[in-house]
Amino acid sequence: MDRLRRTMMFVPGNNPGMLRDAYIYGADCLMFDLEDSVALAEKDAARFLVYNAVKTVDYGNTEIVVRINGLDTPYGKNDIEAMVRSEVDVIRLPKTETKEDVLEVEAIIEEVEKKIGKELGTTKMMAAIEGPLGVFNAYDIATSSSRLIGIALGAEDFVTNMKTKRYLDGMELFTARSQIVLAARAAGIYALDTVFSDVDNEEGFRKEIEFIKQLGFDGKSIINPRQIGPVNEIYTPNDKEIKKALDVKRAIKEAADKGSGVISLNGKMIDKPIVDRADRVLHLAMAAGIYKEESGYEE
Amino acid sequence: MKNNLGRDIPEQIAGNYKIYQGPFEQAIEGRKSSPKIIRVKPGESKLLASLEDAVIKSGLKDGMTISFHHHFRSGDYIINNIMDIIAKLGIKNLTLASSSLTSIHAPLIKHIKNGVIKKITSSGLRGELAEEISKGLMEEPVIIRSHGGRARAIESGDIKIDVAFLGASSSDEYGNANGSNGNAICGPLGYAKIDAEYADKVIIITDSIVDYPNMPASILQINVDYVVKVNEIGDSKGIASGATRFTKNPKELLIADYASKVIVGSEYFKDGFSFQTGTGGSSLAVTRFLRNEMIKQDIKGSFALGGITKPMVEMLEEGLINNIFDVQSFDLVAANSVSKNERHHEISSSFYANPHNKGSAVNKLDIVILSALEVDTNFNVNVITGSDGVIRGASGGHCDAAAGSKLTLIVAPLVRGRIPTIVNKVNTVITPGETIDVVITEIGIAINPKRQDLIEQYKKSDIPVYTIEELKDKAIEIVGNPEKIQYEDKVVALVEYRDGSIIDVIRKVK
Repeated sequence: MDRLRRTMMFVPGNNPGMLRDAYIYGADCLMFDLEDSVALAEKDAARFLVYNAVKTVDYGNTEIVVRINGLDTPYGKNDIEAMVRSEVDVIRLPKTETKEDVLEVEAIIEEVEKKIGKELGTTKMMAAIEGPLGVFNAYDIATSSSRLIGIALGAEDFVTNMKTKRYLDGMELFTARSQIVLAARAAGIYALDTVFSDVDNEEGFRKEIEFIKQLGFDGKSIINPRQIGPVNEIYTPNDKEIKKALDVKRAIKEAADKGSGVISLNGKMIDKPIVDRADRVLHLAMAAGIYKEESGYEE
Repeated sequence: MKNNLGRDIPEQIAGNYKIYQGPFEQAIEGRKSSPKIIRVKPGESKLLASLEDAVIKSGLKDGMTISFHHHFRSGDYIINNIMDIIAKLGIKNLTLASSSLTSIHAPLIKHIKNGVIKKITSSGLRGELAEEISKGLMEEPVIIRSHGGRARAIESGDIKIDVAFLGASSSDEYGNANGSNGNAICGPLGYAKIDAEYADKVIIITDSIVDYPNMPASILQINVDYVVKVNEIGDSKGIASGATRFTKNPKELLIADYASKVIVGSEYFKDGFSFQTGTGGSSLAVTRFLRNEMIKQDIKGSFALGGITKPMVEMLEEGLINNIFDVQSFDLVAANSVSKNERHHEISSSFYANPHNKGSAVNKLDIVILSALEVDTNFNVNVITGSDGVIRGASGGHCDAAAGSKLTLIVAPLVRGRIPTIVNKVNTVITPGETIDVVITEIGIAINPKRQDLIEQYKKSDIPVYTIEELKDKAIEIVGNPEKIQYEDKVVALVEYRDGSIIDVIRKVK
């Protein structure tokens, strides 16, 4: 089954306590940051710290992503080498503008994988799109490498480049979000939304989650453990959705038992999109702990 | 010798004290202690002009026992002022039987050095005084007693108070005193009530003399010898701070979330249940989570107990809990509520937790949430010595509530900085593991194997359940095995269990 990426939590790469503890809050993915949250003087220390954390700490099933510094900085290449060696799950590129940005990083990853005898392609990538050019090239970026698991919107740089700022209703991001989720879907990879910085504004945060869920995003980058609960809650299917998904699955089973190729439920034909949607609903329900495959669903 | 928790008790101490055998194993006998009969005739005044007069009139002599309470907490001026006067008068070799001592009592160090104070019994010690005592300042070991244990010791005569110097926020000239009126209010005087009833001489010290009668009074005129007015009893900011802020620390919130799930999933969470929570970040958060769940499930509590905070008062006012038993208020909201709300009851430390009376409030507790500096793989809890072996805490009502409650939960982070919280053997046992049911950390919970019922129950929940050994291993995995603390043989403190037996000793640090 596909991995859930509802929440990807930023953790500053130079904070040992947070690197150690971040996984306990139940984020689907952790993103250790070597880029913007680390001061220039701390770049090497943070890289060393994250390398050792990834090597040492048992993060269980949590997906570990590291945001590296760009290759236009003196740190990018060293970051990539250290992270491939640490066997991190995913390397996240900042400020991706073109597919070449992805390919350049991929070339270095491949070189290191070869050097250390690692199976080629094991280290996955994701690209953060943080400017108008990147948004424009979203589909090219999303399809540039088979290592890419997803693309993400980084809104802060984007709104600045767009000569605007962030508003609570998010209209200034509407095109970028739509473009990114469209590109991700067309490429068959994940789409992650940008952060919501005002941790104390839970109401505004909830509205934004509702909205990005409606657009089709898989999840959201977050900056505080307190933001995990609301995202998971909103992404958790309701009783009606779960019941419907189970009905679909039951109809498939009945059809299979009868040897029938045509599946119908309450007189309506069930086709592949409906089956896919049912699978996703049950997956989210399972992740929320309100549905267990073996014991079934209890209202 | 080793007591039945395997704690090493030096032979000469074992010879002079009862040794811990189990939470309810000590034999009880004898009669309660009683104070001298003293008569105050009509027309006599109890008002004295100064603290010095009070010390002189009390008849305090070398070798006697004096007592104080800690309701003024870190704002208290009384202990230091009285001790200075006693020293000036040349009285020596006293036993100081304070209900507790805090970091503002560092000036006591000089009175120990100059021979004014020979012995101390207290719930806790903090700051410089605690450090010096841990380094061997005193010849005689301090006796650490729980709140219930102190009440027991006073009632049984183990502590015989000659003179009690009791600060009060207000008093009338005849000694009816309370913490509800006056310039610096502290709420109940639960720890002082017992001193007033059992001390030979009782002196009320207040900065606010009010019209007779000052009712309702925590301390009654029938027990009071003298009343002294001073300019200030303490710093009101240190006595009762504003309401405690709700934590935003995600780790504390996660621990609180697990704790409230354990409570809500237990058989004890039902109409008429009772609970006690502390003042730590996690404890206060549990109170809030419980409140939400009580509203959701339409459950009403019978009483909340202990040191009382604003969230509990709010639940009382909302009708979610029917009563509060309050031995000590932790913030101004709680302190103000006692005199206003008839279902917010002030209780004495004996009513709260004395194991040797005819039933204290902890006996009626369903659920208690307590904190810990360390918990070991036998579930023994340390709340008094730090990772360096130095005293930096208090016994409080920890072992009392744990022994009384049907479900005792310990909330603590798995590690603090580079120090593991779950260890093989705690530095000091305050509360025996046999009275602890569940340990709750940010990565999951461990249930005492004696509670197979709970183990069965929570196996099915979505709370991660580990054995206590697994929790300890996870802590060690993160921070490594700490180096052993280097102690000398000298014993600097005896830890008395609530029943008067010695559960552990604290040795001098190297």
